[in-house]
Amino acid sequence: MSQYYTSMDHFTIIPAVMLALFGCAVLLFDFLIFPDPRQRKYLLIFVALAEGFTGFGLYRQEAWLNANGLTQIAGFGGSVTVDGFGIFFNWIFLVAALLVAVASYQYLETAGEHHGEYYGLILLAQCGMYFLAMGTDLITLFIGLELMALCFYVMVGFLRGDKRSNEAAMKYLLLGAFSSGFLAYGFSVMYGLAGSTKLADITMAIEARPAWDPVVFLALATTAVGLLFKIAVVPFHMWAPDAYEGAPTTVTAYLSVASKAASMAFLLRIFLGPLGSARAAWEPLLAVVAVATLTIGNLAAINQTNIKRLLAYSSISHAGYMLLGLVAGNQTGIDGIAVYIMVYTFMTLGAFLVVVALRRKGIIGEDLDDFAGLMQKSPGYAVLMLIFLLSLSGIPPTAGFLGKYYIFLALIETGHYALAVVAVLYVAVAIYYYFKIVKSMFTREEVETSPAASGFGLRLALGVSGVFTLLIGIYPEPFLKLAQTSLMR
Amino acid sequence: MDQHILSIVLLTPLAGLAVLLLIPGKSKGLIRIWANVAGLAGFLVSLPLVHRFSLDVGGYQFEEKADWIPTLGAHYHLGLDGISLLLVMLTTLMGFLAILSSWNAIQDRVKEYYAMFLLLQTGMIGVFLSLDFFLFYIFWELVLVPMYFIIGVWGGPRKLYAAIKFFLYTLAGSVLMLLGILTLYFQHFQQFGFYTFEIADLMKVSMPLAMQQWVFWAFFLGFAIKVPMFPFHTWLPDAHVEAPTGGSVILAAVLLKMGTYGFLRFSLPLLPKASMDKTIVMVLAVLSIVGIIYGALVSLMQKDWKKLVAYSSVSHLGFCTLGLFAMNPNGIAGSVLQQINHGISTGMLFLIVGVVYERRHTREISEYGGLAHVMPKFAVVFAIAMLSSAGLPLLNGFIGEFTILQGAFEANRAWAAFAVTGVVLGAAYLLWLYQRTMLGQVTNEKNLGLADMSLREIAIFVPLIAWSVWIGVYPKPYFDVLRRPVAEIVQRVRPEYYAAPLAKETDHERRWSVPLVPLALAAKAEAAR
Repeated sequence: MSQYYTSMDHFTIIPAVMLALFGCAVLLFDFLIFPDPRQRKYLLIFVALAEGFTGFGLYRQEAWLNANGLTQIAGFGGSVTVDGFGIFFNWIFLVAALLVAVASYQYLETAGEHHGEYYGLILLAQCGMYFLAMGTDLITLFIGLELMALCFYVMVGFLRGDKRSNEAAMKYLLLGAFSSGFLAYGFSVMYGLAGSTKLADITMAIEARPAWDPVVFLALATTAVGLLFKIAVVPFHMWAPDAYEGAPTTVTAYLSVASKAASMAFLLRIFLGPLGSARAAWEPLLAVVAVATLTIGNLAAINQTNIKRLLAYSSISHAGYMLLGLVAGNQTGIDGIAVYIMVYTFMTLGAFLVVVALRRKGIIGEDLDDFAGLMQKSPGYAVLMLIFLLSLSGIPPTAGFLGKYYIFLALIETGHYALAVVAVLYVAVAIYYYFKIVKSMFTREEVETSPAASGFGLRLALGVSGVFTLLIGIYPEPFLKLAQTSLMR
Repeated sequence: MDQHILSIVLLTPLAGLAVLLLIPGKSKGLIRIWANVAGLAGFLVSLPLVHRFSLDVGGYQFEEKADWIPTLGAHYHLGLDGISLLLVMLTTLMGFLAILSSWNAIQDRVKEYYAMFLLLQTGMIGVFLSLDFFLFYIFWELVLVPMYFIIGVWGGPRKLYAAIKFFLYTLAGSVLMLLGILTLYFQHFQQFGFYTFEIADLMKVSMPLAMQQWVFWAFFLGFAIKVPMFPFHTWLPDAHVEAPTGGSVILAAVLLKMGTYGFLRFSLPLLPKASMDKTIVMVLAVLSIVGIIYGALVSLMQKDWKKLVAYSSVSHLGFCTLGLFAMNPNGIAGSVLQQINHGISTGMLFLIVGVVYERRHTREISEYGGLAHVMPKFAVVFAIAMLSSAGLPLLNGFIGEFTILQGAFEANRAWAAFAVTGVVLGAAYLLWLYQRTMLGQVTNEKNLGLADMSLREIAIFVPLIAWSVWIGVYPKPYFDVLRRPVAEIVQRVRPEYYAAPLAKETDHERRWSVPLVPLALAAKAEAAR
């Protein structure tokens, strides 16, 4: 560390810098550039520019890694590490942020809360996610987490006039702060063990200790509470249905996809890094958590009539599947998590965006009844929703099948046969509640006749999600390669 | 054309579907015509398979292979042997006839209906053509979705219950089967160092017996639920009764065969040790026999015409699985032939229910009686269908059941003794059904004015009746086609079968398999070569 700030350091954070700059610019200047609320959708240009620069930065980082045959670039003395893992996750954040932003304006206008800050918050949250996926220092990670979480607290409560939105934000904030407390406690124990905040140092310190060291276990337990809360798995899932239901649906989509993916990246960094040597302690723990998550997530979803709540429980159960990949813990399992996250992004975003399309003036459009007769009313949305639901349940030839395929294979490879049986049987349970929506869309008569929203941005985002959900299912080779190579490095 | 003929057969319905989607939903007439054209085209393109199929070549014909997902070792690999040839022909013909039969029956959401049918068609053909386990699984699952909609949207009063029950049952079975597939796949990786779903490669895997048994049970759940074998049959009556006629026809004629085909193509050759395991064979044979008798007894008790036919399927498919697990050439060849027969006969019986249901909108047997007086043509057609299903000599059912019973007798005489009661009971419930609905005086006034079958309706039955007579009178071509693939399977599962002293076996066959001596001898010669 001869120099405080080298160009290499800069190179490792350039995408995040872009996101922060554009995010702040939108926050500061939106009312100056577009004083008329009707023009606010042109703020999307800023978002597009920000994502363009971010994407370019990520592309350059990847190219640089490839050109130099390196697996990672460390910046700021090891606080930030650019590697295939981080780049892969950042592409997912980028896609999620872009699709959500594009799909949002009509929804926000209908809700009467179309403010420029919204786009700023999306970008700033993404900036936090950048550090969650690339951070290799407890402080960096924690700040990334808090930046992301703070943006989400605001976005969840974005519908100021709506009680549900306010309540959801409050609940999310309180529980989120509580879990961050746990996480901070776990981090402090880790720091105590290693005398350093760098993940690499902590890894070595923990490896030097015996397998069932009580202090390591304390660090593990408290960190796990914080992390499991963030990815919303049982028993720390209670906030998710409420937050998902109350938040504006576009935010719900962003929350369930990007925030979950970022937290998953964070979790993988910690569990495969510093806590990797304590595997014997956390593997059974995570196995229990995963099975409980699958059970509660799937069973609770059966009785939901609010689609956002239903999808919230479904996304809880998806986190359970991802955890199973970590329980298996071999290369297939880790590849599986990456593939799962990738397909989850498109299908979950798509499903929530169809809910967005049903929000019209004076109609909330989140109930099972609102889906009734959708096939008659807007066949395009109905067919897309069918594709997303089939994918969510893991029926080939949709993308969701591949995610599940990897997880099942990983469990078989590592001899977790009982877990595999449980995991596949919950696929059949999940079909039951996903097909409640299908049933409503295709076999019932429509309850009300006003047409679904059809903004260009929304249709574009939905189309992209639909195409990828099918494409990854039918011709997955390039996508699997992408996920695999990025994690192998 | 020969190189891609299987792809053409597979994709023709899909191409028809693509064009269908372009037709506006309001022009129902055009949609009907186009769907029928596509169905007919699907059948016509599959016809060249029959005369190009060579009897002198072993293994698969018309093979097509391309890499699909190299990362996973999945290929687009299609191929056809005698068994799949017959099933594919059954699928393309029944698919077309089911579409034709829906002309008047379906009045709502016509476009979606035919779209689902064409998608279903591709899925089913794909199942019978795939030589790659991954591809097979994709098609296997693909079939569920259109069938769900066909039952759930155009079905009877309890359609939603029946549709989701069908979906959940079969899905639960197939995901467990997926675990079996993955276990096999991973074993292959461990032994050979590369991932592949290629069936031919997976056959080389050697697994300890215990693991084979586990995988066998996983496959069993997938296939047995589909067949359906007793006690997994409970979804079938609901699905059959609630489905529209076209759906019932295709469900009975083709979809159920996916299960028996799965046993034949995957369980037996991939897991030969487990397939010959005494306990497993006994369990499966007993379940088959229970299915035969139970299905027949329940059929006897039915008051609902369609439910009776549905339960008769349970009984008839019991014969098919019994033949399989007799594990000798007669049993297996008979089983495949009986699958075709069941497709023809039960397909006809469901079409017959459809004909009267369209006129009276009831399926209660007690509502009918003496229909022969008002609908003479219908009475003749129904009589033929009924007799073919009951196994009257000179019609198709007899040949299949007889061959299966020969096989069963060869394997275990007690099996044949129990199974034969199914034939008797089958004749009983079918003849009684005919008597109650067609014979005697017209008891219900509403039946007096019923119109006899129209030309379109007769046209649907003509090919099926012709086919059933052909099989009944001259089954040799069918046994010829089945000779090699069946011998290959038996050779794989019971290598000692053909190695046994020829004299003793011949003696045995001379006594019990008179009509089939040429078949058995040819198979033996084949194996010796």
